[in-house]
Amino acid sequence: MGVNSNLKRLALYAVGTVAVYAVIKLLVVSGFINPYWQRVLDQAMIITIGALGLSVIFGISGQFSIGHAAFYGIGAYTAGLVTKSLGGDVAAFLAALVAGAFMAALVAFLIGLPVLRLTSDYLGIATLGFGIICKVGFDNANKVIPAMGGATGMTGIPQVANFDWIFLFFILSIILARNFVQSAQGRSCMALREDEVAANVIGINIFKFKMMAFVFGCGLAGLAGALYAHRYPFLHPSNFDFLPSVDFLIIVVLGGMGSLTGTIVTAVGWVFLLEALRAVLGMAFMDWRGVIYALILVVTILVRRQGIFGNKEYGFLAPLVFKAKEGPNATVKG
Amino acid sequence: MEYFLEQVINGLQLGLVYALIALGYTMVYGIVRLINFAHGEVFMVGAFVGYFGFTNWNMPWPLAILVAMIICACLGMTIERLAYRPLRYAPRIMALIAAIGVSFFIAHFCSLKFMFGPNYRVVQRPFEEVYWSIGGVTISNIQLLIFVTVVIMLLGLQYLVYRTRLGAAMRTLSYDHDTARLMGVNVDRTISLTFGIGAALAAVGGVLYAIAYPQIFTFMGIMPGLKAFTAAVLGGIGLIPGAMLGALIMGQAEVMTAAFISSQLRDMIAFSILILVLLIKPTGILGKTQPEKV
Repeated sequence: MGVNSNLKRLALYAVGTVAVYAVIKLLVVSGFINPYWQRVLDQAMIITIGALGLSVIFGISGQFSIGHAAFYGIGAYTAGLVTKSLGGDVAAFLAALVAGAFMAALVAFLIGLPVLRLTSDYLGIATLGFGIICKVGFDNANKVIPAMGGATGMTGIPQVANFDWIFLFFILSIILARNFVQSAQGRSCMALREDEVAANVIGINIFKFKMMAFVFGCGLAGLAGALYAHRYPFLHPSNFDFLPSVDFLIIVVLGGMGSLTGTIVTAVGWVFLLEALRAVLGMAFMDWRGVIYALILVVTILVRRQGIFGNKEYGFLAPLVFKAKEGPNATVKG
Repeated sequence: MEYFLEQVINGLQLGLVYALIALGYTMVYGIVRLINFAHGEVFMVGAFVGYFGFTNWNMPWPLAILVAMIICACLGMTIERLAYRPLRYAPRIMALIAAIGVSFFIAHFCSLKFMFGPNYRVVQRPFEEVYWSIGGVTISNIQLLIFVTVVIMLLGLQYLVYRTRLGAAMRTLSYDHDTARLMGVNVDRTISLTFGIGAALAAVGGVLYAIAYPQIFTFMGIMPGLKAFTAAVLGGIGLIPGAMLGALIMGQAEVMTAAFISSQLRDMIAFSILILVLLIKPTGILGKTQPEKV
């Protein structure tokens, strides 16, 4: 055990990631995945990035936020404005992604300063209110910045983000979220999730870590929004209001609070489930889609009340076991 | 000045309807600490049942309100039995997500063609709207109806909570479930009845809303539901006077913004007030700050 085996593990994951990418690419080239399912796949990865953000905010550090889609929207609109004014080459695209993530993080910091002092349900309601305020803002944005389109939606953003880009940022976000969670800061966040008062007593600056998780998570939402803006040609305020925020919340809770594995699997599964329902039901029973979706949600909660993955992590996301600290004669526990 | 007073009355009208919904939220929250997201959908069902009552089934409108109350009370108790009771000792967030699921289920199920259908419906009022002018200020009979109904409901609720055994049981439960059980309170029955009463109030709110703003559709519950809940939080959740106060503030804020600033910004102002109040007083206007327990 030790450094060598960790390197082997990492190499294995790297090979695995490339293999997944190659298989999907092959399926696309061979026509097995048609452009429609390609869209769904891209959407699933984008939603996963945003959901990872909420997983860090809510699942890891316990800050109840129901306004996540607002930050997703801030990222999308900011990034859209950047490429609309700079053009659609790669440099401008990357700048737009950075701008989207940064703007969402900045707004999260500013709104977090007052709001994160609230606890539990009250924080939830305040972020819910913030989400609705943002929606009204997007609806009326064209009065200040005409390019943002207001209630009719924003169009004309160069569609640069293809599968390759989204896959790259999907993997990067997973690595980023995993490393954050397993850092000392991430563990402090988990401590304050379990008990704020106790965490405070052992010397954790709870406000600082709440803020850190909130800004980080909202930054990821902004990145997801920026990718969304460059993948789908039309930004509409209703994509970023109360219901999408609830979708993020559902994904995080259903996957299992505190489990990044759960968030990733559930996010991808959830997007595909919604589309699969569309395909399975056909036009005749399309009205039933919302009913079945809601039933699946309620039944899953009733059957697995700790979430699908509980708080377990698997594979790359599972914490590494540091055996080096134990002496050479220490009994190695399985 | 008359214009201003009329807006105050319009705000009162909206606020009183929100109050009826907010009371259900606050009662349920006070007892089981659950944000019952499906409450807005109960309100919607109430509006539809009332509408069918006085258009399709030719009932006099007070009977239609009563029928809506009974149907919604049964609905509220069924939701509690099927979706929330199994989760009572699960993490609170699970019950919240279940509530969201139930809310989606009701809204989508009611949009099916054999139920209420997905379209907007224009409500035929059961009586003509009459306007009276008092000192230059116009008041309609609908506003008077809402005012009188809400006051009756409130007095009834006040009597129920402070003068009956059920009310005593509800107040006991809001402190501690286990102790209440030791004192001989039937916990399940009391929680169930609380959901029923809250749902019946929401049904009255729904019928009044349909009469006052005569256009209904199956997804109408979301926004009034959210606003009523916000109102309950604004006033101090778990407190009946808090829900009233919060709802009146939300109603006034919304109507005043629409009348004097811009109708598009009314949600923004209403929710900004909420955030501001929470920042100054994190447990709502009438809420008490509890010491933190380790």
